[in-house]
Amino acid sequence: MEFSIYDLTSFTQWIDSSLRASMSPGWAVAIEMIIIGVALLVFFALIGLFLVYAERKVCALMQNRLGPNRVGPGGIFQTVADLVKLLFVELVPIKNADKILFNLAPFIVIIASVMAIGALPLAKGLHAIDLNIGVFYLMAVSSMGVIGVLLAGWASNNKYSLIGAMRSGAQIVSYELSVGLALITMVVLAGTMQLSEMIEAQRWGWFIFKGHVPAVIAFVIYIVAGTAETNRGPFDLAEAESELTAGYHTEYSGIKFALFFLAEYINMFIIAAIATTVFLGGWMPFHVYGWDGLNKVMDFIPPFFWFLGKTFGVVFLMMWLKWTFPRLRIDQLLTLEWKYLLPINIFNLLLMAFLVLVGWHW
Amino acid sequence: MDNTQLAAAAAALAPASEIVQGKQFVEISVSPGHLLSTATALKENTETRFDMLVCITGMDWGKELGVVYHLRSTEHNHMVVLKTRVSDRENPEIDSLCPLWPAADFHEREVYDLLGIKFRGHPDLRRLFLDSTWGYPLRKDYKDDINILAR
Amino acid sequence: MEEAVINLPLEEEEYIINMGPQHPSTHGVLRLVVSLRGEMVQNVQPHIGYVHRGIEKMCESLTYPQIIHLTDRMDYLSAHINNEAVSLAVEKALGIEVSDRVKYIRTILSELTRIQSHQLFWATYGMDLGGLTCFFYGLRDRELILDIFEETCGGRMIVSYNCPGGLMNDIHPNFQKRIKEFIKYFRKTLPEYDRLLTGNVIFQERVKGLGTINREDAIAWGLTGPVGRASGFSCDIRKHNPYSAYDKVTFREILYDEGDSLHRYKVRMDEMWESMNILEQLVDNIPEGPYAEKMKPVIKLPEGEYWQSVETARGELGVYIVSDGNKNPFRMKFRSPNFVNLAPLNLLAKGFKIADLVAINGSLDLVIPDIDR
Repeated sequence: MEFSIYDLTSFTQWIDSSLRASMSPGWAVAIEMIIIGVALLVFFALIGLFLVYAERKVCALMQNRLGPNRVGPGGIFQTVADLVKLLFVELVPIKNADKILFNLAPFIVIIASVMAIGALPLAKGLHAIDLNIGVFYLMAVSSMGVIGVLLAGWASNNKYSLIGAMRSGAQIVSYELSVGLALITMVVLAGTMQLSEMIEAQRWGWFIFKGHVPAVIAFVIYIVAGTAETNRGPFDLAEAESELTAGYHTEYSGIKFALFFLAEYINMFIIAAIATTVFLGGWMPFHVYGWDGLNKVMDFIPPFFWFLGKTFGVVFLMMWLKWTFPRLRIDQLLTLEWKYLLPINIFNLLLMAFLVLVGWHW
Repeated sequence: MDNTQLAAAAAALAPASEIVQGKQFVEISVSPGHLLSTATALKENTETRFDMLVCITGMDWGKELGVVYHLRSTEHNHMVVLKTRVSDRENPEIDSLCPLWPAADFHEREVYDLLGIKFRGHPDLRRLFLDSTWGYPLRKDYKDDINILAR
Repeated sequence: MEEAVINLPLEEEEYIINMGPQHPSTHGVLRLVVSLRGEMVQNVQPHIGYVHRGIEKMCESLTYPQIIHLTDRMDYLSAHINNEAVSLAVEKALGIEVSDRVKYIRTILSELTRIQSHQLFWATYGMDLGGLTCFFYGLRDRELILDIFEETCGGRMIVSYNCPGGLMNDIHPNFQKRIKEFIKYFRKTLPEYDRLLTGNVIFQERVKGLGTINREDAIAWGLTGPVGRASGFSCDIRKHNPYSAYDKVTFREILYDEGDSLHRYKVRMDEMWESMNILEQLVDNIPEGPYAEKMKPVIKLPEGEYWQSVETARGELGVYIVSDGNKNPFRMKFRSPNFVNLAPLNLLAKGFKIADLVAINGSLDLVIPDIDR
């Protein structure tokens, strides 16, 4: 068996065949599901750990200072130290709060994120499940996170948490529209919702280049709306430190707060990963039709690193936005969506449809 | 207007007052009863036109309590000092100048807080810095052996 | 606090929240009791007194040189100017004329103080509105001025350098060189501030049209400093009653008409440019002379009442000394600009949203120890 780092299908096939050889198909599928679940959770945790550290270093870069550099070489164990500290924090029980919902809320947010990662192609052949309605599934599943936010605000039995959760919820639901429309625009260009086929179609040019004007507009709108959906960046009024309350997660402490905190970074990663897959070619290297030398050099880098590199590039862009701009007020936020982004989005969709019909794309 | 003209104008506007030339400004001393009318006259007369209340200072003159108002005219760029004294130390009361200058609001609350002078007609006379367990610290007969070193 | 009765007439659907004394955006220990209907502010009541140290009572038992050290701690961002106010009042009372050297150095230090205070305003205003990077850039540049203060005066924020009669000590030989370097650096950096915050559309939308007050109201409420000047009230003491070396320099008084938060911000940004112009006019021309006049060991002011106004970074600081001939003042009153600027907060914030209250409060640029004294 030859395992290639460039095409991981052989690796996954080997696991599948060896499992099926030694037990009944039902058990094999069950074991595979467990393996995939554990692998995704581990990936999730590592990415979360890395992103928290990366945010602090990027923030420090913008602010002309160093960032964490004491804990471990270059400060890389800072997040681990924070996590250990959060584990020791006392879990303050809330009077009159709905205990089941209160404890369930952080997990719902995490579950929504893990479900979204499951559908993304992380490298050639490393795809947990390749749905033929991939884009549609992603949009549906990332909307589930808002349930966790609203539950957290409601179950905290605190009027300020409830206000914060309502504002967050309104913000997330509004920006879902823009995210969905931006993705639909690219589906129109690709002609398919299946993520692996979308990536194959970007072999000779990423969609952001192929679909020139409307694709760039869709990308910008997607980045803005995606940042707003994760309650990050200039749209973080609901949890702003300088405002009144800490938003929907005011009453959470210790490990539950860590879960919310982590979920925010994972959501940012997912938004960036979806952007990479749909606009920037996923794990597909940068090819130019006809320039074989360049294509060979690009192909030398394994697809998994292409995917990670592009995703972290988009993540850096989102972090850059957060640390540069002041915050928008809640009514300005909603105005931006309903009066500006949505009409531009609809017009852009029409423009893309027109381009596809006439054939003015590469 | 310079100080002599101001003194003359003040004498005309407030006949019941005592006008003295202090080290820098003209000082108009009135009794508490004439305070509001004198202040109104000083504000509304077009030649003096004291439209800005710069400062209200509560004073404890030893036997009497008093309030000193520094007024300025932004049009003519002159300043004048208006003074009044109350002899009742138990229940001192003076008319509030809030209707004329909204700036008097906080200043009068401060004077009430630190000296105990009540202002009639103030929209919301509450203590400003301290709570009710303190007496009136700025009075000369305020005793606090722990915090104040008597010289 | 017992007496902190909340006199807020509550109507239906109104609720009260407390921006307590400890809050990242109230710039010090200020308690704002806000009554809201939904998101709209109906009434704002400031509760102060958390930093009340009884400075005016303390002054009655201290001598005049000792009082200088207390004035540093009132509006600590305008420490030099506070010291200058009391020094000028005492010198005026005694009839002492300080040398030109002292006047020039006092003016230079006052303008540096003004610049560093406005830098801190910019840093914290950006931070309040969510642009956390502004905090680091503003403070990084402020460090340059604080280093100049430390070298010459011995202290970064609490300086106590001006005293009745002149200065505590002569300036450091590097003083003029470092100021010139600073001016060269800051002239290049200040447009960066504009690019980062002033021109940003998010910032403008957050801040434009907030907390408007017109000129008549500004005069009636006694608002001075950048708050008054943004409403069109020409109140700069440096122009109307010049002191120290201000009659020897030419500079513009920044006035705008609109009176909203954005223009209060713009006044301070423009004032930084004007301060640098003043510094350039003075820094090379400091005349030789004594750095302090010979004063009696015990300073006794003649009987009478004295008033001195100066222009701090936040407005007009008035020092009112009533002396009965002793070495301690009979009564010392500080008319602090922040005390007066806080008063119309209710008027400014009524009808706006709670997030705007933070923006309006920030644009007033209050320093709470100055309010409480």
